[in-house]
Amino acid sequence: MLRILAALILSLGFASLGQAQDLQPVLQSHASEIAKPSRSSVSTALDALVASGLPQVTPFLEAWTDKGIWQRDADGVFFYGSAKGSDLTLRDVDTDAETVVTTNGYTELRPNGGVRRVIGTALVQFQLSDPDITRRLSAIDSIARRPDADQLEPLLASIDGEADRALKARKIQLANFLSASFAPTVADRITAIDSLSRDTSIEARAVLNQILSTKSAVATTLPEANIARTLTPGDDLTVAEAYDRLIAADLAPPVIPPAAIRDALAANIIDGRVGGLPTAQLGTDAARAQAYAALAAAGTVAPLVTAQDQTAAAAQHVFYEVYDQDDAAITDAARAALTSVETRVAAARFADLALDALSLASIYFLAAIGLAITFGVMGVINMAHGEFIMMGAYTGYVVQQFVPDYTLSIIIALPLAFAVTFAAGVTMERLVIRHLYHRPLETLLATFGISIALQQLAKNIFGTQARPLTSPGWLDGAWVLSDVIQISYIRIAIFVLALLFLGLIILILNRTRLGLEVRAVTQNPGMAASMGIDPDRINMMTFGLGSGIAGIAGVAIGLYAKVTSEMGADYIVQSFMTVVVGGVGNVWGTLAGASLIGFLQKGIEFLNPSNTLAAQTYMVLFIILFIQFRPKGIVAQKGRAAAD
Amino acid sequence: MSSLLEVSGVSKTFDGFRAINDLSIQINEPELRAIIGPNGAGKTTFMDIVTGKTKPDVGRVVWGERNESLLGLSEAEIANKGIGRKFQKPTVFEDQTVRQNLAMALKNPRGPFAVLFHRKTEEGAARIEEIAAEIGLSDQLTRTAGELSHGQKQWLEIGMLLAQDPRLLLVDEPAAGMTAEEREKTTDILRRAAQTRAVVVVEHDMEFVRRLDCKVTVLHEGHVLAEGSLDHVTADPMVIDVYLGRSDA
Amino acid sequence: MTQGFLVTNRSVRWFLMALALFTAVVAFGSEASGAGLVSTSLVKTLGKTLCLCLIAVAMDVVWGYCGILSLGHFAFFGIGGYAVGMWLMYARTEGIVMSSLQAQTIPPTPAEVSDAIGSQIFGVVGSSDFPMIWAFAHSLPLQLLMVVLVPGFLALIFGWLAFRSRVTGVYLSILTQAMTLALSLYLFQNDSGLRGNNGLSGLQNIPGFEQTSQATISLVFFLASALALGLGYVLFAWVVAGKMGSVVKGIRDNEARVRFLGYRVEGYKLFVFTLTAVVSGIAGALYYPQAGIINPAEIAPIASIYLAVWVAIGGRGRLYGAVIGAALVSLLSSWFTGGGAPDVNLGFYRIQWTDWWLVLLGLSFVCVTLFFPKGIGGLFDYIVRKPS
Repeated sequence: MLRILAALILSLGFASLGQAQDLQPVLQSHASEIAKPSRSSVSTALDALVASGLPQVTPFLEAWTDKGIWQRDADGVFFYGSAKGSDLTLRDVDTDAETVVTTNGYTELRPNGGVRRVIGTALVQFQLSDPDITRRLSAIDSIARRPDADQLEPLLASIDGEADRALKARKIQLANFLSASFAPTVADRITAIDSLSRDTSIEARAVLNQILSTKSAVATTLPEANIARTLTPGDDLTVAEAYDRLIAADLAPPVIPPAAIRDALAANIIDGRVGGLPTAQLGTDAARAQAYAALAAAGTVAPLVTAQDQTAAAAQHVFYEVYDQDDAAITDAARAALTSVETRVAAARFADLALDALSLASIYFLAAIGLAITFGVMGVINMAHGEFIMMGAYTGYVVQQFVPDYTLSIIIALPLAFAVTFAAGVTMERLVIRHLYHRPLETLLATFGISIALQQLAKNIFGTQARPLTSPGWLDGAWVLSDVIQISYIRIAIFVLALLFLGLIILILNRTRLGLEVRAVTQNPGMAASMGIDPDRINMMTFGLGSGIAGIAGVAIGLYAKVTSEMGADYIVQSFMTVVVGGVGNVWGTLAGASLIGFLQKGIEFLNPSNTLAAQTYMVLFIILFIQFRPKGIVAQKGRAAAD
Repeated sequence: MSSLLEVSGVSKTFDGFRAINDLSIQINEPELRAIIGPNGAGKTTFMDIVTGKTKPDVGRVVWGERNESLLGLSEAEIANKGIGRKFQKPTVFEDQTVRQNLAMALKNPRGPFAVLFHRKTEEGAARIEEIAAEIGLSDQLTRTAGELSHGQKQWLEIGMLLAQDPRLLLVDEPAAGMTAEEREKTTDILRRAAQTRAVVVVEHDMEFVRRLDCKVTVLHEGHVLAEGSLDHVTADPMVIDVYLGRSDA
Repeated sequence: MTQGFLVTNRSVRWFLMALALFTAVVAFGSEASGAGLVSTSLVKTLGKTLCLCLIAVAMDVVWGYCGILSLGHFAFFGIGGYAVGMWLMYARTEGIVMSSLQAQTIPPTPAEVSDAIGSQIFGVVGSSDFPMIWAFAHSLPLQLLMVVLVPGFLALIFGWLAFRSRVTGVYLSILTQAMTLALSLYLFQNDSGLRGNNGLSGLQNIPGFEQTSQATISLVFFLASALALGLGYVLFAWVVAGKMGSVVKGIRDNEARVRFLGYRVEGYKLFVFTLTAVVSGIAGALYYPQAGIINPAEIAPIASIYLAVWVAIGGRGRLYGAVIGAALVSLLSSWFTGGGAPDVNLGFYRIQWTDWWLVLLGLSFVCVTLFFPKGIGGLFDYIVRKPS
């Protein structure tokens, strides 16, 4: 890449070559340093090159670090070269004239890593002010990767001339980082450090942490140094840890571990006795200690270090952490800046967590709302709801087998999934659930039977391995707000979908005839029937609607999770919780339940990030307790569901 | 006659609807009392409050000679104090025999372990026979309760109440869905029961109330509208207005 | 009292006779007795089935009689298995560790023994320390006490919380399911102290009986399971037969009525819930030494739902129904999924039962719920009624 760029730059610069000076003579005057550079000698050559101020210097340095420079053994002339087999294409460093030769008689310059870094630093100075923005960007990246005191001056010098606004800001930021670490005066460094206190980027935090790096140390008295903190054995570190540090610092003899005691005793058995005790009695720690002490007194083994010894040794020393940076003013400033940064980062993390929780809540809402509708209106728990979610996801997968365009396939899959699961729901209602009204527990079991049958059917048809449901390209990636806050587009899409459904369902329930009848049946089925509403039809429609939404939720969930025959089972318990916690038969209740569970789960995960299983355990326990205090959920239902 | 149950100043609101509004009723022992009133007058809510199913917003419910408050007690505790309740819809245990139904209601220790180690006794059997005779189900004792006719189920439920040996019986619409003959029998059972204890009958049917021949309390919108003999209350213009007038229409 | 009770309950007598006959046939036909007609693996399968029948009976009491559709009784079963498994694993590892430490010239200290056992048991989860819950693992009597106490205590707390806030019906089912889920998720963690998803293994080796053949051990467990089922059956039959049965069935059919009769419904539910949980724990403690391994997947909510399926298919509200359901479905299930059932060739498609058994089970379960709510046990009503 760099080589192509170099060639491009070269051809651009070609026109102006006429009046320019040649590079080759400059190179030749330092030929030996260039051909066989060492870290110390190369700087003379670089100084000369920089001093020449030639535009050809930049591409030359780039090629040099990139092993793109060859030297003719006969006269020491340098060329750009690229070898292919035994053929070597050479280009003149000034005229760009090309010749093809064999590699015989030419030597590739291979500067070692240390030299390449030195060249790189010199190169950066050119690149920072290069007219080509790509080069300036790569220079900035290289500085960010390997910050160095030498780069500070050229960087500062290049800021004023920078035309690109974003790049200029980046340069200023980088200059701050460098100043914080490398500025010549303490005042400059402190100013730079202070300016970092508003920067939440990982880089800024790394710079501050670097300044605040410490070493652990131990001494008999606290030395005059920039002490970060002193550690008290027993409080800040255990006595054993403290003693380990003493051992490491050669200030105390090592502890004899139990295994070593045993081995020492075993090695000194004489006539079945060790240290005056018969071996058969050495089955306790006390007896072993006694025998060992006898051996130690006889000088056979090193004396035992007891716990009291360790405590005493620890008490005679101070344990502390000392800053690598000697100047307390700088570390104080950095600490203050870091505290302020961390406060900001914490706030940003919280925002990020909230976004995560929101998207999780959206998923739970989508998964549970269908269940809530059927449960609320019909008092029926549909254990096969999870399998309807799965069915929707597989519908999406099948559509993608026929429609290769991902955007189009999703647009087709959403209504199709609704139609498929709507039909499945209505069929199930007609064939099974209709016959089990007023027997809710039986419905639960019958739908469970359907659930295992459907799950196994899916396994038989689609196999056990996960099937992909690929999201359109424009949903890839994430919306990055900062180093801390980012959210993937797919989750935003699911959030939007959830909002859409919330709106749609509320519209259906509050603005349509069906909705009116559904609400009537929910609140008082007997009265509704006497007013000419056919509860049979309402139940069928509601069940279809609830199942259809499960299908759409399936497509949405399939987009970011794997489509498997068991995916429904993963969501069903969570969906139940959502419905039960939220309160039955109410859209807002489901929303509240989904939000509570989503936020709670993320919150617990945040407090205990290493263990998602524990997070789930605690959440389920919380829900069990929650139901103790609000058995009817957050938004309590009146009417049929509340009557029993 | 001494006051057995005293309900005073009780109010209860359900989601903005005032089911009971500053209700005060006093029941003596023994006494037969009928409570009448149109739909939504608060009759069932009154029973719910007395039996502990519903907690009132304000007011006092005081029981017995020692003036104990019934508020805050569970349904079972109140039942064990001596208050029996019959629901509007006959609720007997349809899977079990008449004898089992009555045996379950018999006044005995109610704890799980007492029940687990309970053994049938001679007195218990005699008491069941006695109650069965009282409610006219002597020859039905081995039948499953689910097989009984509607009227028989109502009597069985009353029988279960009697088996509890309560001091106060709350009976919700005992005559609903009964034939004229069955009603007469029901009236007899209730009147006999009221000779030794307090019986409160909530009823819709004026004819039935007339046959009970007792003090009548008229409820309206959760409040006592009138109290006295049936003739007295039916003469009250307010009662005619809200209740009788309507049933005539 | 029990004698009088047996005299009056024909079905209990019939059941005990059938169980005794079955046990005798298996015992005399087993390899351990020399006949070799019943293979050791079949003895194990039948012994495990008897344990499943026992928990099914418990489930029937709590659901069929008391109306609580608990989706958590298999969790109690698993806890029983874990409790006995802890001792089995500890004692066996201790034996191995002791014999290897015996070779040393110096006798081991208690700490060394404990460390060695700990690293043997918890090596798979990267630990060697004994968690608190293993405090009694060294003692068989204490651990057997845990088989009863832990499920009982858990059921008591959970039941008290749930029943006192009057959670009923489907809500209660979901709540018990949540409890089961929480427990299995907890056990799946590596730091649960019970070896995470590795579970406890090698439980078929009984410490102290290393020289005894598996044929004999499995027969002993089979007989113990049969005895436990017999005793459990009689216990529950006695509980549901008398006045207790009346009250419990009353709660199932009309909770409010029972309450107004003066019974504290919560206490009764708690009694039934806890008693059945304890029996489930005992059934689990007998089951897992025969299975040889227990892991958290066994406790997953789905297992408890299957338990309900067995009881429903067998017939709720009659104890022998639960036994029939559990035995039939679990044996059929292992026959079908184990490849015992022959494939059906439809010409265009070959039905392999390993793939289609669950579909069949699911659908037949729907059919039973729809058309035979009394289950298989309901058929007995016809048989019994004819002579009378």
